[in-house]
Amino acid sequence: MPSGYSPPTTTDSIGRRFNPLPGLRITLGFTVFYLSVLVLIPIAVLVVRAAAVPPGKLLSAAFDQQARAAYAFSLWSSLAAAATNMVFGSLMAWVLVRYTFPGRRLLEGLIDFPFALPTAVAGLTLANLFSDHGWVGRYLAHVGIHGAYTPLGVIIALTFVGLPFSVRTLQPVLEEFDPLVEEAAASLGAGRMRTFLSVIAPTLMPTALTGFGLAFARALGEYGSIVFISGNLPSTQIAPMIIVIRLDEYDYAGAMAVAITLMAISFAVLYILNRLQGWSAKFQRI
Amino acid sequence: MNGSSQPTKDPPAIKWLLIGIVGLFSVVFLLLPLINVFVQAFSLGWAHYGAVLAERDTKSAIRMTLLVAAISVPLNVIFGLAGAWAIAKFRFHGRTILLTLIDLPFAISPVVAGLLFVLAFGAHGMFGAWLEAHHVKIIFALPGMTLATIFVTFPFVVRELIPIMETQGTAQEEAALILGANGWQTFWRVTLPSVKWGLLYGIILCNARAMGEFGAVSVVSGHIAGQTDTLPLRVEKLYNEFDPAAPFAVASLLGLLALLTLVIKSFLEWKSAGER
Repeated sequence: MPSGYSPPTTTDSIGRRFNPLPGLRITLGFTVFYLSVLVLIPIAVLVVRAAAVPPGKLLSAAFDQQARAAYAFSLWSSLAAAATNMVFGSLMAWVLVRYTFPGRRLLEGLIDFPFALPTAVAGLTLANLFSDHGWVGRYLAHVGIHGAYTPLGVIIALTFVGLPFSVRTLQPVLEEFDPLVEEAAASLGAGRMRTFLSVIAPTLMPTALTGFGLAFARALGEYGSIVFISGNLPSTQIAPMIIVIRLDEYDYAGAMAVAITLMAISFAVLYILNRLQGWSAKFQRI
Repeated sequence: MNGSSQPTKDPPAIKWLLIGIVGLFSVVFLLLPLINVFVQAFSLGWAHYGAVLAERDTKSAIRMTLLVAAISVPLNVIFGLAGAWAIAKFRFHGRTILLTLIDLPFAISPVVAGLLFVLAFGAHGMFGAWLEAHHVKIIFALPGMTLATIFVTFPFVVRELIPIMETQGTAQEEAALILGANGWQTFWRVTLPSVKWGLLYGIILCNARAMGEFGAVSVVSGHIAGQTDTLPLRVEKLYNEFDPAAPFAVASLLGLLALLTLVIKSFLEWKSAGER
């Protein structure tokens, strides 16, 4: 789950028993209705329809060879993209918060570009940019790297769509980071590298992992950009593509089986990241 | 923002090395993709660009995109305001469940979202026979595309509003009520003005995503040219044809939307920072 916010601890004026504000019944009713129509009923339909399929058939559809290859590729390409984002996103957040340099404002504005750009356009332009004739791809081609219609291309697109998550989760935490802590470390004799590794990095780790989780979840479900940059090869098939293929074949059982597995993988990874985040947060208190 | 005034203890060599790496990365991954959209769009000249945009199917895609956004964004705004009011201003059982449900679209692939609606309302869907008997078409038509878009975009407004409304607490609303305002007056004159920048922020993010959604809409649209194709779907169709500039011409409209979104977003951030 994307990091939930924590309810305020000052519940003085919002105590449940003496809340004088009107409208709870109608707003809550509408909220529940809206979420039911959009989320609960469709998911219940999926569950009911999947339950009607013989379990053996569902299992074999969920784990046939094509689907297994797609999960594996989806997983590792999403992990690679999220990891790339964690490295470069942290670097970007650091540079944006700590330094002044020409073009800083432009960079600040551009970070959210992948949020604002439709993923189909992202896939289209990245595929062109990294193709062997593109502005970037022509130089990469010289050294034998092909960034479009390859697994690498998929990672490039997934990195693009996930980049803002890493930067934007880390940035506010870095801004709040007290320079006195660094100064204390320095005055106790720690070098810059030591300060970074044993004071700054552990403090930022839980947040970096949150960003990693968000970027990963986004990458695992991504479809639009991949349609363009994957070149539709067997080696670049991601799990959402298998769902679309099954639907085109009117194989609803197959589509459901893959969809359920994909959701299970997504939730499992988010759960693990959540635990990891809680674990690394223990080191946050200095 | 005020980080720049802090004394950095990084050696200048490290500082400029890091800036260089980030700069190069940003140029390759952010700036060039943006510029490339427009350069490719005009690679066969202005006349060609105009001709692609004037095609009947492109115009229909523009209409469809605007229509889907015009329905789904206002609904998400109403949901956002209602949901944030209930969740931020009150404490009740099941509140965390609601929050989890609101976050769910972030963890579910848009393709799966589309599939959910096909399974429910498609020709072979659970309610398919009933819908057909009553001549209601949801899948491969506007209602399904709108539902799929709403599914993918509904968290944006509400997630933006909840933290703001929580921080503001209920003291101001209580004061208004004590002074004799009724519920609506309190909402319109006290709550809404205090969340307006956050609300607008959520709206433009929601709108950008609604107009640009591909996966969910692709699954439920049926790809009927001139009827159910939205702009992103039109881009895909043109990509599979022979004209290399045509998909970019249509994509440039969405690129402009992205740029506009970024500009408004920066403006709103500047506005709300000024008021704090």
